[in-house]
Amino acid sequence: MKISEQDVRQVAELADLKLSDAEVSRLRAELDGILAHVDKLNEVDTAGVEPMAQVLFDTGAGTTLRGDEPLPPLGNQAALANAPQPGAGYFKVPKVIER
Amino acid sequence: MDLDIASLTIGKIRHALDTRAASATELAGEALRFAQAENPKTGAYLHFSPERALAAARRVDEKIARGEDPGELAGVPVAVKDVIVTKGLRTTCGSKMLADYVPPYDATAIERIERAGALILGKTNCDEFAMGSSTENSAFGPVRNPRAPDRVPGGSSGGSAAAVAQGTAVVALGSDTGGSIRQPASFCGVVGVTPTYGRVSRYGLTAFASSLDHIGPFARSVRDAAALLGTMAGRDPRDATSAAAPVPDYTSQLNRKVEGLKLGLPPEYLKELKGESGDVFFQGVEVLKKLGCEVREVAMPHTDYAIATYYIIATAEASSNLARYDGVRYTFRSQHSSTLAEMYRATRGEGFGAECKRRIMLGTYVLSAGYYDAYYLKAQKVRALVARDFAQAFNQVDAIVAPVSPFPAFRLGEKIDDPLAMYLSDIFTITGSLAGVPCMSVPCGTTAEGLPVGLQILTRHFDETTMFRIADAFENA
Repeated sequence: MKISEQDVRQVAELADLKLSDAEVSRLRAELDGILAHVDKLNEVDTAGVEPMAQVLFDTGAGTTLRGDEPLPPLGNQAALANAPQPGAGYFKVPKVIER
Repeated sequence: MDLDIASLTIGKIRHALDTRAASATELAGEALRFAQAENPKTGAYLHFSPERALAAARRVDEKIARGEDPGELAGVPVAVKDVIVTKGLRTTCGSKMLADYVPPYDATAIERIERAGALILGKTNCDEFAMGSSTENSAFGPVRNPRAPDRVPGGSSGGSAAAVAQGTAVVALGSDTGGSIRQPASFCGVVGVTPTYGRVSRYGLTAFASSLDHIGPFARSVRDAAALLGTMAGRDPRDATSAAAPVPDYTSQLNRKVEGLKLGLPPEYLKELKGESGDVFFQGVEVLKKLGCEVREVAMPHTDYAIATYYIIATAEASSNLARYDGVRYTFRSQHSSTLAEMYRATRGEGFGAECKRRIMLGTYVLSAGYYDAYYLKAQKVRALVARDFAQAFNQVDAIVAPVSPFPAFRLGEKIDDPLAMYLSDIFTITGSLAGVPCMSVPCGTTAEGLPVGLQILTRHFDETTMFRIADAFENA
């Protein structure tokens, strides 16, 4: 067994995911199977291989970043339009600090 | 108006506009009526955008009246996968989390196709946040395959593939991270293209796995797919990963001979290919030989490790990209919490479906302290080896031909309870995604039951031209 229910609960904490007991038990079994498959990678000799973080191709120097020029932002109203609880020009959340 | 809506092409529409046989406004009205009437058969569209389509059509008609060029996609009805943001038009990503989200801006691809005269008819269903291979992971219900209503259309861009196959859109936009354009194209019998990584700006594409995400076209012909890609491709200052390489005129390179082109067939793929899909694929290879292509074997020794590599990298990136959905900014917030920490957890627990949770969990696990080197870093190294396989193959051949899926469209519900089996079915599409090379599915034939099977063509970075040329010759053979 690669992963226990305790591990699943700990990862769920890290991921800020609330899971039911049934989900924890099901995810444990599923993740266990997937992790067992993924162990295949240990067969591959990767000594001296550079990790590939991004697809690389030749581009001329300076073409990947745009010029640092200010552009008009979305604006407060548009940025808040999808907020579940906007207020006074801000995103509101449950109280964090008691006065 | 005397046009068969379900079989329109970009060329036929242009001809109708040029000869004044139809106006763009008439086209938009007919296309919307047809799509809305036919949609219940498949559920390809989640919602329609009649006002937006009609406004775009009026702009096209005004340009024509003024004698101006109305654009390459003038009057062309387009369906857009609901992971690509559209200003003022709901974009749900197939998720309860974004059921009411109305984006404040347009994706660059959307801006570009509308500037070229396209009419966006509506947004199409997909697996939640593009995670899946069947479109069954949508919070808004599944899509039915227009060729076989008891079967899936493939995924994650199942709605876009189904709309084009059904004739309720002429072309469509999808997104592909590990096969999400090519596999549904294959299942629905249409053309689906994943261009080179960086070829089309992802500005406005809801991020799933940033080092793998692409936007690409669906169409009923190679020519239309090439034309649509041409309007979207090219550098965008708002996406630092978009490439500066010049965009060739793809359609001008069609209708050419393919005699003498060298095509590679990886033996590592073929051992995975059994049954009818294999038979149809090999018939396709014979067609390419008859066209004069030289077919030879090319080794892709790391193919066996591609799935494991992909599901580590993609889930790791997804776990961080999906961290933003926390109940603060994007519409949905759980009503079952009183503290901030509880609000985050409950919102994510209630808002995400099973597949998203599975991937967030796997991704968080492989990135967590003590596991990063063993999983994520190891996968990035194996990814480099998969990419090297392609680079070495392309020293010997002009293109690689491969199957798209080990099997044709499966029945709704058939595989949904076995996530690993679903992941393993992505074997033929994932390698190209990891390498970032252009790849596409072109209809190859059907099984005895009439289920479509696609043939995949992969070429060097930025050599979409050769890919389209082979696909076009194959389609016309």
